[in-house]
Parts: sequence; structure tokens; C-alpha cells
Amino acid sequence: MSDSHDQDVNLVPPTRRVVLGFQDAEDMEVPDLPTEPVPLNMGPSHPAMHGTVRMVLEVEGEKISSADIQIGYLHRCFEKESESATWTQIFPYTDRLNYISPMLNNIGYAMAVEKLLGIADTIPERAQYIRVVVGEVSRITDHLTCVGASAMELGAFTVFLYALKAREWLFELLEEICGARLTVSYMRIGGVVADMPDEWGKKLLDVFARIRDVMVDISKLLDRNRIFRDRMDGIGIITKEDAISWGITGPVGRSTGLAYDVRKDHPYLVYDRFDFDVPVGSVGDNFDRYAVRIEEILQSMRIIEQALAQMPQGRFIHPDPRVDLPPKAEVYNSIEAMIAHFKLIMDGIHVPPGEIYSFTEAGNGELGFYIVADGTGRPWKCRVRPPCFPATAVLGKLLPGLFIADVVPTFGMMNMIGGECDR
Amino acid sequence: MAQIVLDRLTAQFTGGELVEVGSNLGNEWARVKRESWSAVAKFLRDDPTTRMEMFIDLTAVDRLGLRTWPEDAPRFDVVVHLYSVSHKHRVRLYAAVPEEDPSIDTLVPIWAGANWYEREAYDLYGVRFKGHPDLRRILMYPEFVGHPLRKDYPKEKRQPLVRRQAGTRE
Repeated sequence: MSDSHDQDVNLVPPTRRVVLGFQDAEDMEVPDLPTEPVPLNMGPSHPAMHGTVRMVLEVEGEKISSADIQIGYLHRCFEKESESATWTQIFPYTDRLNYISPMLNNIGYAMAVEKLLGIADTIPERAQYIRVVVGEVSRITDHLTCVGASAMELGAFTVFLYALKAREWLFELLEEICGARLTVSYMRIGGVVADMPDEWGKKLLDVFARIRDVMVDISKLLDRNRIFRDRMDGIGIITKEDAISWGITGPVGRSTGLAYDVRKDHPYLVYDRFDFDVPVGSVGDNFDRYAVRIEEILQSMRIIEQALAQMPQGRFIHPDPRVDLPPKAEVYNSIEAMIAHFKLIMDGIHVPPGEIYSFTEAGNGELGFYIVADGTGRPWKCRVRPPCFPATAVLGKLLPGLFIADVVPTFGMMNMIGGECDR
Repeated sequence: MAQIVLDRLTAQFTGGELVEVGSNLGNEWARVKRESWSAVAKFLRDDPTTRMEMFIDLTAVDRLGLRTWPEDAPRFDVVVHLYSVSHKHRVRLYAAVPEEDPSIDTLVPIWAGANWYEREAYDLYGVRFKGHPDLRRILMYPEFVGHPLRKDYPKEKRQPLVRRQAGTRE
């Protein structure tokens, strides 16, 4: 597809805004028609809403006068179920939080438990690098889905197909490394479940070359697209002050100019060893959120390229017998190893009593795990601070004053993920 | 790293508003009397040394039957996590809330973001936030009876919204 385009076209950086000029509905001469408030129900299952959420809008003509956002349709009792699962059994649940970037949820949870266990500082380097690589791959799939789906809702179906095709290349690679496209469960407390083959990195870099072409195509299709720009520019503006007081982080927060990225401000894993930029927007509208995501995809690829180059050899899981299963040969041939294996599987890892709030940068922003441990093999409380929860909450403030048609791009750019928001 | 926040709090609140402060696993925390909840929160947001402008998280903990917890202590804790964008430090606040009167002041006037988190804590734990503008259930449906994350709510309990007809399958 890229062969038909000339290769020297650069991507538009988020700061360089193309001014197309547009006409506001307010500028047009509209006869003063009598209106009355009409309730309008969007969702919970609506073709233009890629998420199970219900919006009860009150409209006057085309204009929204009040909005009530109702979530909870995908509530799966993550927290209640976690309280009766062993620490390792929670990994599959975390996959299903933000199901288009499951690796990042795995990492966030694993790091919280490692801090409680006191092994966070001694996680093998190779495991940390693998986490960075697969985590950033997940971030790319997350942003590609958000951009692609939002573009589709605005009529740009080609972009959706390009973005999802690129996402599929990455999912195939993730499947190769852990056996699943979405429900990866690749992390374990102390490291990862299996080593990353060396040729896997080369395959990933090959895919990146193709993804860069796709990114150029997406930018060409959208950045100067009149329909896309008219529905994105200046719509759904969040101020920096609002983002801070609502607790909005991630691409949505950064689009407002709030340069907060956990990877930069509180580096975890080995993020302090990489050279990457944090894109921020200037206006805080839908287009900024789109541009920040596009730029973050490119930055994530930069991080992965550096991580693959620095990747050390060594263990991929912590050697501490409290977290690592004994080797299979020993399990079958010695009673001690068999008991150790049995206890780790049946009773679970025993985490000392304590409370921790651990936070990482997930696809949508700061993903926090607040865990209360009571010393048994199961958590007393395992709370998730979902990053898209405040971004969805702010819609109730953002939508009044907009048109019905603006709901679609504004909601799309918030990237509300039902699994994460409703848990 | 956020010891400065705790020092500032202990210097400011000397009248018994602060029950205990501590630091564990790199997290700084302060336990606040329920009556001073919003006053301490407002101070943390406005004081130039602390500047906790960002609302991160609010939830509750049900400590019913927790082995590491004294038996006569109040059953619930309301837990809030705050972050300062300008100073890059964090703090966690606890306020004990008894079972007989599970209520506490709302933080919505201080941080707009507290709104949905308080609704969630009300929905799942039954803690009421006094002065909250719109205290409805958020994750469960309005007809739901009880608060599912309380430790005395059995995990297996089912409340089908549509009652099944007797004699039909499923």
C-alpha cells in the first residue's frame, strides 16, 4: 500500500496544527426555532459506541444540554473475585481489564505484588527488559485500536482496516511469545512465564518497518482530512486544571499540556535507560488526543528498539523459591521440590502483610494497584485504579454544549475500555 | 520521598486531627480523624509545600475479620491517594468509618474527580459521603440490594435482575 505513496512525507508532529478554517454552527445564520428538551438514550449497545456504556442525554435541537454517563455494564466483580484467588490466579483477571493492552495490566499487577514481597529491586534485568518490550508493544496495539476505531466512527473505514491490520501483526507476535492474542497472562510474580526467543526481536523490528508505513498512511488519510479535522478540532476541550483535578492522566491528560508520564516522572523497570519523548498537546481537544497517541506509537517503537539492543542474557524470573516454581526434573524426582511445587500452586505465593499503592503507565494513563495483603496466599483487597475511569467521568461535564454528532469522536478519543472502567 | 508532606501535616494539625502517620514500602500515609477529613484534604491541596492538586484514587477497605487488625477498631477505612504534579510526591490518607454510621464528608468540592470514586465506594461498600451532589450506585444496578465488596456479602450470592420462571430451564 505504501508503494503508491512517496516515502519522503513526514508525519505531522502534534504541535504543528494545520489550520483549515472552519465555520461554527454559531456563526451561521440559523432561524430561531422553538425547541424543547428531549431525552435521548445512547447505548448501552450503540453502533457508534465501542464500549458498553449508556449515555442519557437531554438535547435541545441538536445541542446537548445535559449528559448522564452510566457505566457498569461490563462489571465482572474483579475485586471480589480476586479476594478468593491466589496471587498468581489474578493474572488472567488483569488480562481482562484493558483487554487491548493486557501486558501493561499484567506488569502493573506483578510490580505491586513484587513490592509487597520485597523483591522489586532484584527482579532479573532480562525480565525487566522483556516487560518493557512487550508492554510497549501493548501500548502500540492500544493506541492503534483507539485511533482506528475512532476514525471508523467518523467514516474513515480504511484507517480502521489499516490500523487493525497493523495491530494484528503485533498480536501475532504476542501470540508467538505467550500463546494468546489478548488474554496473555505472560507475567508472573518475579518475572515472566517463559523466555523471549532472540529471533522474536528481529521479527518485531521487521514488523515495525511495516507499521511505520501504516502510520504514514494513517497520517496522510487523517491529518489534512477536512471531515476528520472538522469533527476533531476544538471539540471536547479539557483544560489542564480540569485534567489535574479530575485525575486524568495518560494521552488524554497529556493532550491538555499536562506533561505527566509515569515512565518519565517516576521511572520503573528500566525506563530511565531509554531516550524517548513525552508528546503533549496544547489545546486539549480531540485532535490533540489523536496526535498525542500517534506520536506515542512512534515513541514506543523507539523505546523497543533501544530495549532490544540493550537486552541482556540471564534469568527471566526471580530465583527466590517463594515465587519461582522448582525445575520439573526435580519436581518429579524429589519430594522436597514436589511439595514446594504443590504448595506454590495450591496455597499460592505467601505475601507478607502490608499495603501498597503501585502505579505504572498503562495505555490510558496511570494504572494503580492498591493492594492490602494479610499474609495469606490470597489478597485481602486488590483494588485497581482504572485510568479511563476519570476520563469517562469527565464526559458528563464535557458533553453539555456540544452537538449529538460530537459525542462520537469525543467518546472515542477518551478510549473508554469497558473491561477496565467497570472492572 | 514524600516525608515532607507528613512533616507538614504533623506541624499543621496538632489538635488531634491526625491519628497516626507512617511510611511503609515507599508509600507515605496518614490516618486522619473522620471529622477533619475534608479540612486535611483541603489543606493538602492548597498548602504550597504539599500542593496535592491531583486526585488519584478513593476507595474503602472492609477490615471485618482481618487477622492483622485490632478487633475493636472501626470496620471500614476510607482510603484516598493524592498526587502533587508540581512536587511529584504522593500521600495516602485513611479515615476510619464505623459500621453503625458509615458516613464521611465528601471531597467533591475540593477535587471534581472525587465524584465517581465516591459513588463507587458507596455502591460497593455502603459508605455514605455527606454532601455528595449525586450519590447513586455506579457499577451495580439501582435495584441491587446490599454492598457486594463488604466481607459479609457472600461471593456466591446471586441477585438476578429478571426473576426466572419456576419450572423453566436455567
